[in-house]
Amino acid sequence: MKPFQFIRPDSADTALDAISAENAKFMGGGTNLVDLMKLQVETPDSVVDIHRIDMGGFSETEESGLRIGADVTNTALANHPKVRKDYRVLSEALLSGATAQLRNRATTGGNFLQRTRCYYFMDTTRPCNKREPGSGCAALDGPSRIHAILGASDHCIATHPSDMAVAMAALDAQLHTRKPGGENRTIAATELHRLPGDTPNIETVLDSDELIESVTLPQPIGGTHIYRKVRDRSSYAFALVSAALVLKIHDGKIETVRLALGGVAHKPWRAAKAEKCLAGAEANDENFRAAAEAELADANSKGDQTFKIELTKRTIVAALSEAADRENAA
Amino acid sequence: MTSLTINGRAVELDADSRTTLLDALREHLKLTGSKKGCDHGQCGACTVLLDGERVNACLVLFAGCEGQDVTTIEGLKEGDDIGAMQRAFVSHDAFQCGYCTPGQICSAVATLKEVERGDASAVTGGDQIELTRLEVQERMSGNLCRCGAYNNIVDAVMDAGGEPVDAEAGR
Repeated sequence: MKPFQFIRPDSADTALDAISAENAKFMGGGTNLVDLMKLQVETPDSVVDIHRIDMGGFSETEESGLRIGADVTNTALANHPKVRKDYRVLSEALLSGATAQLRNRATTGGNFLQRTRCYYFMDTTRPCNKREPGSGCAALDGPSRIHAILGASDHCIATHPSDMAVAMAALDAQLHTRKPGGENRTIAATELHRLPGDTPNIETVLDSDELIESVTLPQPIGGTHIYRKVRDRSSYAFALVSAALVLKIHDGKIETVRLALGGVAHKPWRAAKAEKCLAGAEANDENFRAAAEAELADANSKGDQTFKIELTKRTIVAALSEAADRENAA
Repeated sequence: MTSLTINGRAVELDADSRTTLLDALREHLKLTGSKKGCDHGQCGACTVLLDGERVNACLVLFAGCEGQDVTTIEGLKEGDDIGAMQRAFVSHDAFQCGYCTPGQICSAVATLKEVERGDASAVTGGDQIELTRLEVQERMSGNLCRCGAYNNIVDAVMDAGGEPVDAEAGR
């Protein structure tokens, strides 16, 4: 690990002062950052630990259904009674990710900002446009079964590894940030991450000195919540493909559908095309398959990840079928 | 200087900012029960309890542990005897080489506490949580055992949790 200064500010203001130093990084749980520092993929000069800052925890407000402090752990978020009851897809997504040890440390803000698990990004002996802009992309010609099938570019085919962020995208969550000087802004979870284009090193719309303070979820919308994750082993593995789904059926017709996909792109992928096909349609397998085909119409792969195109379609159909069965039984 | 409590004792240590909790325990404080397997949060051999909750000590920066309470495998004994979970591991032959065992045991102690508290897991269907083999397998998936003592580890955790052990179940 490269030497660094460790800073533990006790307020957001002092944290924002500290982050203004050159090459400084915020640290939440550190489960990803410390790992990447050991690999020398991340080499900050200072690490600003957010744990002593009061980020307000949980609260329920009128305009939003639930406010979540950015330092709330993945364990606490997954087990919050309102999340278990009203935002079940989020709880299931969180619990399907990592292990209890990691979820006990990992934070809500940090989970959004975790880096890709692309093998080449994590190996400093290989070219990677994300780690070292302009050096090339080793994944294009190497084993790539975990890589992207949607929204990738000739510069980067990495995927975003989070489960939580996929559920947040489906639920229309919003992030609330703060910058030095007190400037605040709100960013939709679906707009936080960028597609790689020719600057895969720039992963989000956040500025380097911008602190995520909280995340809010809109009022609950009911329906059946499902997080379906397909992976190489049944526990403790990243998603090859995942689907976060909220579905409401009335008189056999789809009244509400929210669908986001994980493991397929550089960002949590809100499946807007599939949603458009499904809205108001009859809930049957034919329509489910048509929606999946529409969403994946632009899917692209030149490597090992080609199998994920059909796998994603089947995952969407399976999630929709399971949710429809549960809706009809209710 | 970082001040914290380890296994009930007040400890002060001035360590380089790069020092992880695991390295502080093993290299500076001579508490070598916690093991370094992968050093990347993938194997669970370094699992300890931090303020009562299990964490991978290899991914925790020691300087961030100011004021916290750490329990390692050395802190799980009862008087001069080994603790209940340790006894269960011995009775069920829940290890071979033993390298992953301190992490397994710390993780297992936390597992029982989490189940009792009502924390859900990925295999928890409803809101009622029962200590089934499936629950133990899912909750312990962050602790790898290269010897493959998994079935006996599940037996030990079930037994320590007061559940009947069906030695043929899940095999």
